[in-house]
Amino acid sequence: MPRIIKHMQVIEDHWQMLTLAEGETPEAVALPAEPTLLPLAVWLLRRDEIVAAGLELGVWLDAGEGPEALADDLERLPVIGVNFPKFTDGRSYSSARLLRERYAYHGEIRALGDVQQDQLFYMRRCGIDAYAVRADKDIDKALAGLAVFSETYQAAVDQPQPLFRRRAAHRQEAA
Amino acid sequence: MYRYDSTDQQLIDERVSQYRGQMARHLAGELSDDELRPLRLQNGLYIQRHGPMLRIAIPYGMLSSAQLRKLAEISRRYDRAVGHFTTRQNMQLNWPQFEETPEILAELASVEMHAVQTSGNCIRNITSDHFAGVAPDELVDPRPYCELLRQWSTFHPEFAFLPRKFKIAVNAAAQDRAVIRAHDIGLEVISDERGEIGFKVLVGGGLGRTPILGKVVREFLPRRHILSYLEAILRLYNRYGRRDNMYKARIKILVQALGIEEFARQVEAEWAHLRNGETTVTDAEFDRISGHFEPPAWEALPVEDPVHSARLATDKAFANWVKRCVHAHKTPGYAAVTLSLKAPGVAPGDISEAQMIAVADLADRFSFGELRVSHEQNLILSDVRLGDLHELWQLARGQRLATANIGLLTDMICCPGGDLCALANARSLPIAAAVHDKFDDLDYLYDIGDISLNISGCMNSCGHHHVANIGILGVDKNDEEWYQITVGGQQGNSATIGKVIGPSFYAQEVPEVIEALINVYLEQRTASERFIDTWQRVGADPFKARAYAGRDRRRTAKVAGKDSNIKEIVNA
Repeated sequence: MPRIIKHMQVIEDHWQMLTLAEGETPEAVALPAEPTLLPLAVWLLRRDEIVAAGLELGVWLDAGEGPEALADDLERLPVIGVNFPKFTDGRSYSSARLLRERYAYHGEIRALGDVQQDQLFYMRRCGIDAYAVRADKDIDKALAGLAVFSETYQAAVDQPQPLFRRRAAHRQEAA
Repeated sequence: MYRYDSTDQQLIDERVSQYRGQMARHLAGELSDDELRPLRLQNGLYIQRHGPMLRIAIPYGMLSSAQLRKLAEISRRYDRAVGHFTTRQNMQLNWPQFEETPEILAELASVEMHAVQTSGNCIRNITSDHFAGVAPDELVDPRPYCELLRQWSTFHPEFAFLPRKFKIAVNAAAQDRAVIRAHDIGLEVISDERGEIGFKVLVGGGLGRTPILGKVVREFLPRRHILSYLEAILRLYNRYGRRDNMYKARIKILVQALGIEEFARQVEAEWAHLRNGETTVTDAEFDRISGHFEPPAWEALPVEDPVHSARLATDKAFANWVKRCVHAHKTPGYAAVTLSLKAPGVAPGDISEAQMIAVADLADRFSFGELRVSHEQNLILSDVRLGDLHELWQLARGQRLATANIGLLTDMICCPGGDLCALANARSLPIAAAVHDKFDDLDYLYDIGDISLNISGCMNSCGHHHVANIGILGVDKNDEEWYQITVGGQQGNSATIGKVIGPSFYAQEVPEVIEALINVYLEQRTASERFIDTWQRVGADPFKARAYAGRDRRRTAKVAGKDSNIKEIVNA
């Protein structure tokens, strides 16, 4: 069974990611019975059918697809994937932050695609809490990528207070 | 200047460890060349024509003498005892060993320095006025705002992989010396009618292939909102900036596509969610950072120093240097001094190890142990007593750092070009050398007066040729080096993008063409006009006519091949 990083450890995971093959359409693609992350287009088109069938399904957002499209559906989705088509495509960092900070999404946000050790710290800060590390990389080693820095300057999902507010608190305690 | 606390230091130390680990994984075959690339770039390491190049961050150009001594030591131990200052006020080492770069970063960390985000598609080094804190025309010291932005942009988790690089500059003076309109975001520190400090925010400026000047996206932003407002801009850019074509990926293209009004509307809409949150900057934080930029212990001095005035009257060479290299200071009896890195025979912006040590000594002795790098690739001692200028001049002259050419034709901004840079289409250093050779008479240069001549070896425009009175751009045509010339650009408050005067020139023609352009100016100027003023008054036609007079483009192309020695041709 494939393994992912979740809750700061490597675990076995049963979720699949559905990608439309050539010739497949969101209208016609078969809905899998096993837990699967669906492309946004499939979800938007067939939401009622999916909900009625009671299938354990999530959605994955491609880098150019914002979370706005899911604003009304978040309660129904246990997992939302955010795709990184390339290591250097940073759009999904914004998607993850928006899901957490603007839409108060509390389910799992899973990084998909070109996911490697050296993005994990930034991903974690943006509210991503599960990481489908690229299959050809050593996922146990990649764990180290979550804890590169012991402090952070900016406010983000993991630390809503910027360092300058905490520095001030430290000074007051010290005084 | 800003000094690290234990948290700042810890973060930089952890960055060194992270990079060391990445390099080890690369050498062990766990990270491919392509996978390492974005990681090393965000630590300043390029792979260039002859090997690696390491770009070291110098935040808003501020250096202590101890840091400069460390740079000297690094250049000797890990490079060829020379460094190169850039238009982002950084330093480049052109000959480091790939495997030794983690050691170099560790050395830098020992003096509160790093190479974080000096390349890559992220927020780059924040630049500012090299006279910050001492300029008579400034509203407030811009450096605390620069440092605030440095910390905010360092390891920003959401904006580490933007569509393209992102440059921010801050100006707080009446005269813009930081070219803020040529930046992705330009910030002008202003105060509103009630005296509240804030920023005029410009967005979408940039040079490169499509030079555009920034536009005002917000007339006044109270300073406490600066970080949340910038996050709104950066988020829009991160989400909607083009990623399909690297030449259309800068924020200026997004701003252009939306129009500034629509862009501003979207920024406000995004910011409405972010404003007044935890990222709102506290007065306590402004005070904490400003405390690091308290003025040095200036003495109470008279406005004039009689010994200095007497020397000015009797020593012409000294007086010339003072005229070009000594600048007004807001405190009586003090001056700011530019040490020219534009001596003949030296690549513009280059500094030797021995010069670095000498400058560190000069800074300790004459200027409270601090100095600045200017975006024009010179060094500044910001707090020199008038009475010390003569001795400083003599010592600087001994190090070839007192060429009295600041603001003159030979004070060229120049990128390393095709001699070193893998991106370049043509060499720029031989052009700079040829200009020095052709215009080697200082009296002639003084007669020409204020003029800017900038050289870029390719469209990336690192040499800022678009905003020079005379800009030279290297282009590649069928594997030959050609040079396109623009005229009429300028930096400062009335920043202007220069206009291309016509077909490009072969290398050996460039100095002649510059001379032709200058001759038109000398013939047509009125008593008070600078080159740029005459150009604006009489228009392009007489300049164009003279530049192309007697030149047959096809014939010239056949005369010399790519491998010809430009310098020899020029001297011939």
